[in-house]
Formats: sequence, C-alpha cells, structure tokens
Amino acid sequence: MTGGDQDVFVLALRDPGAALPRGVVAHNSAAPRKRFAVYRNNVAVGLAAALEARFPATRKIVGEDFFNGVGKLFTAAHPPRSPLMMFYGDEFPAFLAAFEPARDVPYLAGVAWLEAAHTRAYHAADAKPLTPAALHGTPPAALADLRFILHPSLEIVASDYPIVTIWAMNSGEMELAPISDWRGEDALVLRPGLDIEVRRLPPGAKVFLQSLAAGDPLGLAAASALAANASFDLAANLAALFEGLAIEITNEPAEERLP
Amino acid sequence: MRASRLPLSAGVGFKPEHFAAISSIPQPLGFFEVHAENYMGAGGLPHAQLGFLRENYALSVHGVGLNIGSTEPLDRAHLARVKQLCDRYQPESFSEHLAWSSHGGLFFNDLLPLPYTEEYLISVTGHVDEVQSTLGRRLLLENPATYVRFAQSEIPETEFLREVARATGCGLLLDVNNVFVSSRNHDFDASAYLEAFPVDYAGEVHLAGHFVTEDDERSPLCIDAHGSPIVDDVFALFESVIARAGPLPTLIEWDNDVPDWPVLLAEALAAQRRLDQARTLRAAPAAA
Repeated sequence: MTGGDQDVFVLALRDPGAALPRGVVAHNSAAPRKRFAVYRNNVAVGLAAALEARFPATRKIVGEDFFNGVGKLFTAAHPPRSPLMMFYGDEFPAFLAAFEPARDVPYLAGVAWLEAAHTRAYHAADAKPLTPAALHGTPPAALADLRFILHPSLEIVASDYPIVTIWAMNSGEMELAPISDWRGEDALVLRPGLDIEVRRLPPGAKVFLQSLAAGDPLGLAAASALAANASFDLAANLAALFEGLAIEITNEPAEERLP
Repeated sequence: MRASRLPLSAGVGFKPEHFAAISSIPQPLGFFEVHAENYMGAGGLPHAQLGFLRENYALSVHGVGLNIGSTEPLDRAHLARVKQLCDRYQPESFSEHLAWSSHGGLFFNDLLPLPYTEEYLISVTGHVDEVQSTLGRRLLLENPATYVRFAQSEIPETEFLREVARATGCGLLLDVNNVFVSSRNHDFDASAYLEAFPVDYAGEVHLAGHFVTEDDERSPLCIDAHGSPIVDDVFALFESVIARAGPLPTLIEWDNDVPDWPVLLAEALAAQRRLDQARTLRAAPAAA
C-alpha cells in the first residue's frame, strides 16, 4: 500500500458499495468484507455520536429516526476536516435550514444554531466579567465614548421563532408545554465562569451588542439599538454588561487596539 | 532509562462524568490519562478539570489525531496544538498510535491500519522524529488493534515497532487488549507476540475490554470497543508481561458505556494488585 492506496482505502471507507481496497485480506479470507465494515462502522457511528452529543434538543424535537437520517446526509456532505471533534457540526444548523424535509419545523435550525453556540461557549477562552468598579472615575460626559470588549464566549442567535423557550423545553430546563406567546426570540449564549447561560435578549439588545462587538462606542450602540426598537432600555442593557457580558472597557477604537 | 516518567502503578482514562467522584477524595491511583484532542478548546470546564488532575496526579496525554501512520506529511497546525497542550500541562507521558486517521484533508475519527513495509517504516520513523523534535519530548507509540491485514506486509508488527523505537529513540505503549484482539482476529499466538515485543521500550501498558462477534467466515472477530470489563485472558497476558518486564504504568481504558466511578476504580485496583504481586515476586530472593 502506497500513499495512493490510502486514497483507495478512504474511498472504500466512505462508500459501502465500493470494492475492498487491494491488499486488504484476512487469515481466513481474501475478501474480508465484514472485517473491513468494522472500520466503516466505526467512522459512521463516531460521526453520528458526535452530532447526537452536540445537538440533543434538535434530536429530541425531530425524533431519533429523522435525526439519524439527516445526520447521515450531513456527515456524507460535510465529513470532518479536523481532529477537533468537539467542534464537528458547526455547519449542521445551516444544513438543516436548507433541508427541505425539515421545512415543517421552521424553528429547527434556530435551535440547532443555539446548540452549536452552546458548545463553542463551553470551549471558549476564560475571561473575567467586568464589575461596575471599572466605571469609577469616569466623568458622565465621557460615558458615551466608552467601548466595551465583550466576553469571548458570547454569541447571539436571532430567530423569528421562540427558540430559547423551545430549546429550554427540549433540554430539560423547562417543562414541555404549549407556547402561548409565540414570537421571535434572540438567544444570548454566554459562559461568564464555568457554567453556560442561555438568556432571552430584551428588545433592541441584539443591535446594541452587535454594535458594541463591532467596536462602536456606547453612545452609538445605544442610538442604533433605540433606532431599531423604541422600547430599548439603556439602563437595563448597560447593567447587563456588568453581569457577565463585558470583560473590559477601553477608550481606544478597535483598529488601534492590539489583537 | 525508563521510557516514561509515569509512576509504576495503575491509572485510569479520565471521563468528565467521574470528576465529582474523583475530586471528592484522593484516589488510590498513580495517574490519569486524557485524550489530547478533547483539551484543545481555549478554556472552560475541560481545562479546569485537567488543571485539577495535573495538580493532584501524574498525567498522561494520549493523542488520537496526529496521523503518524499516514504517508502524507504531518498536520503542522495539529502538531502545534499538541505542543501547546504538552507545554501547558507538562504531562509525565505523551503517547500516540501506530495508525492513521486523516487523509486528503479529511479526518476519519478512527485508528486505521497500515501495511508493515519498508516504505511505511521510513514514513512512520520520519513522523515520530518530527513529533519528538517538535514537542521536545519522548513519544510512546502504541500497537494497534486491527481487523484486517495487508497482503503487502512484510515486517512483523513487533519488529516494526522495535525498529521505529530503535531508530527514533521513542518508547512504546503496549496495549495488551489490542494484542489479544489482534491475535484472535489474525489467528496468531498472543503469548508469542508478547515474547517478541521489545518490552525494554515499553513506558506504559493499556488494558481494556472488547467484544466478540463473527466475520463472514463465522470465525470470531474481536472488536476493541473499550465498553466492558477486562477479560481474564487479557489479565493473564498482562501478568506474563509484568512478570517478565517488572511493573509498568498501567492504564484502564473504558470509553463507551462508561460505568460509575467505583466500577472503573475496581478495575484499576485489580490491575494494581497484579502490579504489587509482580513487584513482590521480583523483590524476593531468587530460589536456591
């Protein structure tokens, strides 16, 4: 077997219909199909287990059979490209969003996006949340010019569906029940310490945080949020920055900060 | 020189679900082993737990993704991640497999077999050299469990491993369950394999469970599943190894259908009893 033959081994590994690679034998057989299938099975089972571990609520919503079916299509189209299996499936939510048979469950991809963000938050860099003491000595007139560096684990998943509620009901955080207030929810996924938090963002908060994340000063971020949603509550959102969302205050524009 | 700095006692492959039990009281174990790739995120609980293990026990980092048995060049970015992890946690041992797991930019998440030829010997030796010089530490290379063999193979596995170790200065990780599984799958004598195995290079032993099914010819086919207790035959082979080589750092691997902590600990203590017996026997004056 040369390098070229590893190509052949890989083809046979990925395609159950392919012939056995040349030279693969057993003591009792010149064509040990069942033995080779152990490798095929290990690969398939390993990928299915990785998706199952990362997307448990998504799986619960559609059921085992549907999940396994779409999982097989996904793993065939998007095999892992890195040995870091904990991040395998980053493209799964987009795959679900475009998956025709899942159209009857329009919130499915949003829940999967939330779960994908959950794993990224689990492995994100550690950073100490900012405390209100960081504001000491800042004259009120200078507040609008402050820039906030948000927590490295922070991700926002916006949806036209109540994905935070649906996710909570399918991950054991909430009792399963009919959702009377069916409206879009923006999820905030955050890990200020070791525990991951999933919060429902208040009106305008998504625009506010995205603006801050882009390096805009507080005043501009607040104005953008207010323009997007008239009920944006600056005091509450400012307070939230000191409840785990921000890790640093700076006066420097993003492009002048060292990476 | 010993092939690793792990203590000559039993250890366990760490599973996060056991962390509460493990951290509640000091465990009667020499070391813990973790899979390198599970600790390549930036932060969070995995590193908090690994930090605890590092502080309280000897540590073995076991890689599954370096692709040493591939004919392709090593993935430098992945090797750099391994180096970063080893530099950060300073494990007593780093080990990898005589196997391949990536090809053509894809990762297969399994340990795939290679033919034992001169061509592969040169390739594996080069990869081990590169890993050791990059990490600045000695690697232990593990013998695989395999389900097929290659018609092209011309070097016995024990000789292949001996030659890699001799040429690179690496140590070996002797997985006794893998020897048992392969011996059944390829119809050879496990004891003869172990006698031919260059134990002087062995820096660690792995023990694990497997299950038995059948191949197309209705012959037994052993699957290295790490999901059940160690069978008596594997323990017997282990006893023969440590009777010959003396006690070695010995790890219990249980990765699937993971039992409660007391069950896993009991497996480790069963291995520890055998290590203690081997030590006692070797310490006794030779019979007149």
